Amino acid sequence: MSRLSSTDAVEADAPATDVEAEALLARLRGALGDAVVESHTDRGAVWVRVERDAWADLAGYLRHEEGFGFFNFLSAIDWMPSPFGRDMDSSVDNVLDPPEPKEAAPTETGVAGGDTRFQLLARVNDVTSGRSIIAKADLPSDDLSAPSWVAVYPGADWHEREAWEMFGIDFDGHPGLRHIYLPGEFEGHPLRKDYPLLARRVKPWPGLVDVELMPETDDGGDAGEGAAP
Amino acid sequence: MTVTERQQLSYIAAQAADARVNLEIETEGMTLNIGPQHPATHGTLRIVAKLDGEQVVAAEPVMGYMHRGYEKLAEVRTYPQVTTLINRIDWLGSFANEVPFILAAERLMEVEAPPRAQWIRTILFELSRIANITLFLGDMAVQVGAITPVFFAFRDREHVLNQIEAATGGRFHPNFDRIGGLKDDLPAGWVAETRQAMRKIRRFCDEIEELVEGNEIFQARTRGIGVIPPDVGLSYGLTGANIRASGVDWDVRRDSPCGLVHDQVDWKVWTHPDGDSFARFWVRMQETREATKIVDQLLDGIPSGPIMAKVPVIIKVPAGEAYVETENPLGVMGYYVVSKGDLNPFRVKIRSASFSNVSITPWLLKGVYVPDIITILGSLYFILGDIDR
Repeated sequence: MSRLSSTDAVEADAPATDVEAEALLARLRGALGDAVVESHTDRGAVWVRVERDAWADLAGYLRHEEGFGFFNFLSAIDWMPSPFGRDMDSSVDNVLDPPEPKEAAPTETGVAGGDTRFQLLARVNDVTSGRSIIAKADLPSDDLSAPSWVAVYPGADWHEREAWEMFGIDFDGHPGLRHIYLPGEFEGHPLRKDYPLLARRVKPWPGLVDVELMPETDDGGDAGEGAAP
Repeated sequence: MTVTERQQLSYIAAQAADARVNLEIETEGMTLNIGPQHPATHGTLRIVAKLDGEQVVAAEPVMGYMHRGYEKLAEVRTYPQVTTLINRIDWLGSFANEVPFILAAERLMEVEAPPRAQWIRTILFELSRIANITLFLGDMAVQVGAITPVFFAFRDREHVLNQIEAATGGRFHPNFDRIGGLKDDLPAGWVAETRQAMRKIRRFCDEIEELVEGNEIFQARTRGIGVIPPDVGLSYGLTGANIRASGVDWDVRRDSPCGLVHDQVDWKVWTHPDGDSFARFWVRMQETREATKIVDQLLDGIPSGPIMAKVPVIIKVPAGEAYVETENPLGVMGYYVVSKGDLNPFRVKIRSASFSNVSITPWLLKGVYVPDIITILGSLYFILGDIDR
């Protein structure tokens, strides 16, 4: 149906988008050279993984050369499998009755790959043509730092403060890395996988069984205890 | 686009004020705490403003009073349980919060909701937009000292909330969207009642337009105040009416539709060239009217058929990564979902609109006068739950 807006909408045409995406990735490889490690396209979405040192160059190139003027978000992923795993869903008290330690699951990374535990994740858009790109960069565990995007995208300021607070990633060139959500004296980085979710460690999780059992099928023997007389 | 003359002058004055404070010659700087419990903060946002006389030299928002850690909590809940949490991000338009997450999960599972579910989803999505922005239209007048419009807003928002409640069972937290469709079908008589509610909302918009928009005081307090140039707004990640009020013609509903049926109806994306507080108010007013039109057209053509696609009872989402964003009442909201083929998401990054919208305030409040802080914050329109998550 017709659209009444002043600019034409970009139609989501899958094959055309893929051609466009490949062209964009080719230009990126031309501009950044070997710093582009891996890329991936899926139903119109474009991922690109770059070397950490090229992280700021990537932002500068995308904003100034390609016209990706809109800063969408910046965050990080901790790819380590949670050492607590499913026992977070424990239906018994974990403190009185600690679960058996279990073998860690192998680390798997997602689209566009990854070699390290921590990975930066960011997305920028070009609102005039409707393009967008998701950028990733690996961070070595012994040196969790990356060049800041604030000089290119001022909106990255708060997002980088959040990533610093939640994952402990330093951003070189950020004007002031300080806590954004948590109190100043807070210790630890809550979104890391090895940071325990204390509420789940000390208290049984009532949502473990999504569908509540009917009283007569409950073999606990205390059915009807709380029922009305 | 150029910054208006008034804003330029205020920048120059602010720089002069900055210099004076630094040299401690003429005046002494003062630090003013606004909030965390000010009515203009829609929750608990605190603004620490360094002042020189009446003028802001530097402003620093302090968040975190409502941080609930949804990204962490989502990692230990199953996919269907996550919607309960994310209902509470933007609590005035809760249903709209569920949609992008469900769409991201559906994308990973390669499931598509049946057409009837998609249409009802879009209707409820737009209803939450109306419920959300209606309150803004009344509330904006409160920021400039008019009390009555907010009562009108609460009165007429109720018509929409009643419809949401009738369909979903919850006024504020519907928790109605499911992977593969919706929890229930619409109740009998709902379509006609919703049409009536839309008429009431349009009348409310006319009322507010007469009461507020043409008002001399309102115009004096909002025209040319808090001007955001489009390129600055984009680089700060502003979305929704805030960026459209700066003349950027971009709406995710039209430009990258995903899973909702906005492309099936005739509607228009409204923009305003000024970029000031008034423009943001004006664009939201038009958007509310437009949303009632979208709902009216969708109500005409709800297809028949099932409300749920075939999905397993216990939902395991295949490994992969998906990002889906939608045009929520406050701006673009997206979920970056990382799945490892488990019952619960491995990582969920929540891109909420207000967090980015408010991140421009240190830049925007520089040089303005104290009373304008309130109107600018009001016109940016944020919900604290959407900032703190």
